[in-house]
Amino acid sequence: MGTELLDATFAALADPTRRAILARLAAGEATVTELAQPFQMSQPAISKHLKVLERAGLVSRGRDAQRRPCRLEARPLREATAWLAGYRDYWAESYQRLDALLDELQAVDQTDAERRGARPDGTGR
Amino acid sequence: MTGVDDPLVVHTPGDREIVLSRLFEAPAPLVFAAFTRPELLVRWYGARGWRLAECDVDLRVGGRWRFVSLGPEGARMVQAGVYRQIEPPHRLVCTELFDDQSYPGETLVSHEFYEVAGRTTVTTTLLYATAQGRDTVLRYPMARGVGQSYTRLADLLRSTTTTRGEQP
Repeated sequence: MGTELLDATFAALADPTRRAILARLAAGEATVTELAQPFQMSQPAISKHLKVLERAGLVSRGRDAQRRPCRLEARPLREATAWLAGYRDYWAESYQRLDALLDELQAVDQTDAERRGARPDGTGR
Repeated sequence: MTGVDDPLVVHTPGDREIVLSRLFEAPAPLVFAAFTRPELLVRWYGARGWRLAECDVDLRVGGRWRFVSLGPEGARMVQAGVYRQIEPPHRLVCTELFDDQSYPGETLVSHEFYEVAGRTTVTTTLLYATAQGRDTVLRYPMARGVGQSYTRLADLLRSTTTTRGEQP
């Protein structure tokens, strides 16, 4: 995915109204009028947000002359999440190594406790 | 590994914070030790292709820590800071600054270790000096987070898939 498109995608997602529009469109196509209703926002304001989403390739508009419904385009979202999943590797992989280390330490603890036998107080330590 | 299914949860509750949360199958004292003892830290800490070459820990309030990591093609990264709160096995707070840092100010790193029935959830809050600093980190290849909006994004993707599946 190109850096410019990725920048456009994340810039588009940085606004709560635009995320809400995407969430609404995830449930099905909608016209600008239908989209404006839950937001207490003017249609021109919603249209501005839609333009940002369209530029980022996240929304497309139908060709129907009477009704130009907005439609969610999931592909840029999928590419963006795939790219972000790569970013998460920094800690995710580190923590996977920690999982293995903790398993090993617990196994050692167990062996030590067995070797020493349970103490009179019953704690095993 | 897929981002959505990964047990590491990342979110950004404020504009200067990144919060990481992850469950470990071990009691808190062990996990706390893994975060504070150099001989254990060198065995897990760091990104793919990187390893801790130096790990100095002076574990007392006001004491300094310093990690030197070596990466691909001779890359070298130095991070260091000062311990602010040490309450084993529940809490560890320190500052963090990279030698080659591209954003202003120190980061305050707080680790909370919460054990239930022998399993420990580690929640790490990174509080950046500025919102711009936090955003810079989120843009890095080694960034620690995806942000709340991206968690919502993952949810959105799931709901999109579901909606499509349900359509006739």
